[in-house]
Amino acid sequence: MDDFAYTRPDRPQVAVALAARPGARFVAGGTDLLNLMKDGAEHHDHLIDINALPLSGLRKVEGRIEIGALSRMSDVAAHPAVREGLPVLSQALLAGASPQVRNMASMGGNLLQRTRCWYFRDAAMPCNKRSPGSGCPAIKGQNRRHAIVGGSEHCIAVHPSDLAVALTALGATVHTLSPRGARSIPMAGFYLSPGNTPHQETVLGQGELITRIDVPVTPLARGSRYVKLRERATFEFALVSVAALVRTQGGVVREAGLAFGGIAPRPWRPAAVEEALVGRPLDAAAIKAAGAALVRDAVPREHNAFKVALVQRALAEALGEFGGSR
Amino acid sequence: MSSDEIGAESTATRRTVLRAGVAAAAAAPIAAGQDTAAADTEPAGTQTGPARVPLKVNGRLHEPELEPRVTLLDALRERIGLTGTKKGCDRGECGACTVLVDGRRIKSCLTLAVMQQGREITTVEGLAHGERLHPVQAAFIGNDALQCGFCTPGQVMSAIGCIEEGHAGSDAEIKEWMSGNLCRCSCYPNIVAAVRQAARELR
Repeated sequence: MDDFAYTRPDRPQVAVALAARPGARFVAGGTDLLNLMKDGAEHHDHLIDINALPLSGLRKVEGRIEIGALSRMSDVAAHPAVREGLPVLSQALLAGASPQVRNMASMGGNLLQRTRCWYFRDAAMPCNKRSPGSGCPAIKGQNRRHAIVGGSEHCIAVHPSDLAVALTALGATVHTLSPRGARSIPMAGFYLSPGNTPHQETVLGQGELITRIDVPVTPLARGSRYVKLRERATFEFALVSVAALVRTQGGVVREAGLAFGGIAPRPWRPAAVEEALVGRPLDAAAIKAAGAALVRDAVPREHNAFKVALVQRALAEALGEFGGSR
Repeated sequence: MSSDEIGAESTATRRTVLRAGVAAAAAAPIAAGQDTAAADTEPAGTQTGPARVPLKVNGRLHEPELEPRVTLLDALRERIGLTGTKKGCDRGECGACTVLVDGRRIKSCLTLAVMQQGREITTVEGLAHGERLHPVQAAFIGNDALQCGFCTPGQVMSAIGCIEEGHAGSDAEIKEWMSGNLCRCSCYPNIVAAVRQAARELR
């Protein structure tokens, strides 16, 4: 790791003022940032340690749960209000990383972790995300883990966060603070598609700090679940994953929120999938139609075509829990 | 944030698992070491370059001189001389560097030493009372839960966390909650048996 300056402010306004300077970066858990810096995928002149800021803890208020951005994955996953009211969130958190990392990693940091694309992580390789304009070796290279939807000719890396997939399905809102003030950003508009600027992954500006994540607590969310398929039983990133919120009445789908991981550069929530289900009986035909809608625009590559079938099966598996038959 | 604060489980129960080693350390606040090296151009409280970093390890205060980029793992091994904590992958993937910070298991390669000032750090060296081993250490020996032994300090520290968190209820649960620790000798069945036995004894 190259050396850097280090400051640990205890007031959010000070932290964002420091981090607004070029070369500065926040550190919370450090579980991804340190690897990125060790691997030379990122360089920062100044780390702003935000762990002294009062941004930890979880609060239940009318209709939602407010999660402080510094709350650790393990604490949020184990919280009774999350386990009962937002099972998909608890399950997605517990499906990620290892117990030690979950004790360290913050909720805000989890959303900002970088892709595990091996070309991005290898500083000796070209990568449009790490070094804009240098090219994307994944498109014609080893792309087994890469995106089948939502990519561009410049980048097909997938976003690695299970948490982000769950929060997208739940319709969560991210709250931030920057020197220009506070704002709130719906998860649906938080991540950017790669286009020709794959190095820009979110709408956050330099020095903009995630302070809180608000998650609506609804009857729909109460029965939610997360299905994650990976190459070993645990401690692994998703090949494909599904965050599923479904409410049925008399066997007919009344409401649905479905987001997918492992298949796109950002959490993937196509309206067509939910539209294929809502108002129809949750039967084999509806599940098949939803799966078809999901992969209609898929662009599989040499080594990841299996994801086209796998993500449809994961969807069927997830919907089966709500009484759907395959 | 509010009275509904999370992450505030009783540290008293952690102490029962950590019954050995961690003497009730002095609660005196540790002076922040970062002011000493602040350059003129840097904001107040900024550390640039080496500075004394107070670290409380196994109940003892150490003040190694560290650059901000030094990980907790390297500080423990290379500066403080506690080489029981192992460096395997240095990327958070193998678990050999697992230590406890304020009673929670973490990977010491994924955090900076400067970020851990004022916290209670426990390494494998802090577990035994003289010749009397911590029950998890004894269970690893009793169950032949190691071959080369390189991953063992991390396995032991992680097992203490696993048991304390209440995730050692079945073999399947132990496997899931010990998944952050790899063993290239593949002693997994015996590690699971050791954790199971230690969990029974510590209950």
